[in-house]
Amino acid sequence: MSSLLIEKTSPTAYFRKQKLTLTLFLLGMIFVSWGASVLTQFDLFDAFAAIPRVAAWMTANLLPDAKAWSRLPRILDKLWDTILMSVMASVAASVVSFVFAILGSVTTRPNGVFAFLARTIASINRNIPVAAWAMIFLLSFGQSSFTGFLALFFATFGFLTRAFMETIDEASASSVEALRAAGASYSQVIAQAVIPASLPQMMSWVLYMVETNIRSATLVGLLTGSGIGFMFSVYYKSLQYRSASLVVLSIVVVVLAIELISNAVRRVIL
Amino acid sequence: MTAVKRNLRTGRIIVKRPTAAKRWVNVVLLVLLALTIWGFLTIETKGTDLGKATVDTIRYFGIMFGRPAGVDTHFGVSGAGSWGVFTAALRLLLVTLALAFLTTLVGAIIALILGLLAARNLTNTRTSNIIKGFVAVIRAVPTVLWVLIFAIGAGLGAVAAVIGMSFHTVGYLLKAYSESFEELDEGVIDALRASGASWLQIVFQAVLPSSATYLLSWTFIRFEINFAVAVAMGAAAGAGGIGFNLFMAAGYFFDISEIGFITYLILAVALIMELVATQLKKRYHIHD
Repeated sequence: MSSLLIEKTSPTAYFRKQKLTLTLFLLGMIFVSWGASVLTQFDLFDAFAAIPRVAAWMTANLLPDAKAWSRLPRILDKLWDTILMSVMASVAASVVSFVFAILGSVTTRPNGVFAFLARTIASINRNIPVAAWAMIFLLSFGQSSFTGFLALFFATFGFLTRAFMETIDEASASSVEALRAAGASYSQVIAQAVIPASLPQMMSWVLYMVETNIRSATLVGLLTGSGIGFMFSVYYKSLQYRSASLVVLSIVVVVLAIELISNAVRRVIL
Repeated sequence: MTAVKRNLRTGRIIVKRPTAAKRWVNVVLLVLLALTIWGFLTIETKGTDLGKATVDTIRYFGIMFGRPAGVDTHFGVSGAGSWGVFTAALRLLLVTLALAFLTTLVGAIIALILGLLAARNLTNTRTSNIIKGFVAVIRAVPTVLWVLIFAIGAGLGAVAAVIGMSFHTVGYLLKAYSESFEELDEGVIDALRASGASWLQIVFQAVLPSSATYLLSWTFIRFEINFAVAVAMGAAAGAGGIGFNLFMAAGYFFDISEIGFITYLILAVALIMELVATQLKKRYHIHD
């Protein structure tokens, strides 16, 4: 928007131009929203009216009952599988991402060809949504946790490679330069400059991915019939909403707990 | 000078002393590794032959990316040629983009209001903390569950999808917006306050104009994320659009060429949006 541009115009002309830009922008937005609403048969007023209705329904029908609580051990069992799946996908992807990030980052790339290949592969991986990965692996690996792991692994790999490349460039560029100037070999540079300088930040990214993957694992589980997502969908489809809501509550507790732990760890290591 | 610490066995001088931070890095590394190994040992594969499945996957990838093709009846354009299928798929892609757009819009409006109330320099600490805590809980529920919960009350469709997807959008944008507001020069607000400006005047004359470009950039970055979310909701929560076709192609028709066709389309849109987002981030030095 033009508000930040300093132009040599009179104040009135400046404000008139600013008003014009704002008006055109708002009109454009209204037009696109209208088009999008027609295309998707979405009604904004319906939507806002639905919020209080659903909120009222939720408070009346989503409190877990005794039957739901009796299912808690099974839910916790699946939840544990899901946590393991998220950690596995994040850790395994971080190892591969680290190699790709070394090849692709401006500071440490061995040559342009490798860098281009690493960046392209990571970018394609990152831009295929996790839901698409899940559907791709579903065909050959069937309805199992392993399919979920693979889907999370590929989506995480694309994201972490970019994050790691940025981390390496930010955290270790100066120490890499210093070691190179002192005549250190490539492997020495990696072991003595890149890894020590960027490990804490990388770990922070891995923890972030563990958090994100638990939420994604629910989605992947719904699609591939595994883990906590499958549990939810079984109760949801059989209209046992009170049990389904206990699944949601248990996910909330786990996600918040992991967030608290990783925030505490971040405060110490960063 | 402090006494030089030596390794007792080799007699070499110890240059680096392990700090608390380094110890914690090691502890976390060990815990994550242990959980990963445990996970690999106990993961259920339901009797899938992993070697064969891997070979199959590589073959499927070849078909997906080598021979992408959509089937006319799957896109509701029976008898149409490949061009007809392509345009039908583009329309579905547009539906997904429209869902992402509406979600971003609804989310942005709510986040803007809450963001003004959550920015520390514009409100008191208590309000700020209450809003931020509330958002943390909302964000802990996965998007797909929000959509399905709203689908009970509002029926499967665009309304449930957009409202359900808005929750995480609000959480994400609220953080981005309130931090943009907090970066505003304290002097500007003080000057306006001293000259008797009301809260609304401060917001509309100082806060919003000076952060408008940041807000728009962040909003676009969320739009990019919401596209992927909308694909997922089409597949998992009946939100419509190209995601639903992906789900049908893989889950019901077992049509690998069609999965490839749809994946290519999604990838093309996502890459274009990423390119724009990267430019925006570079231009305004944004880190997400």
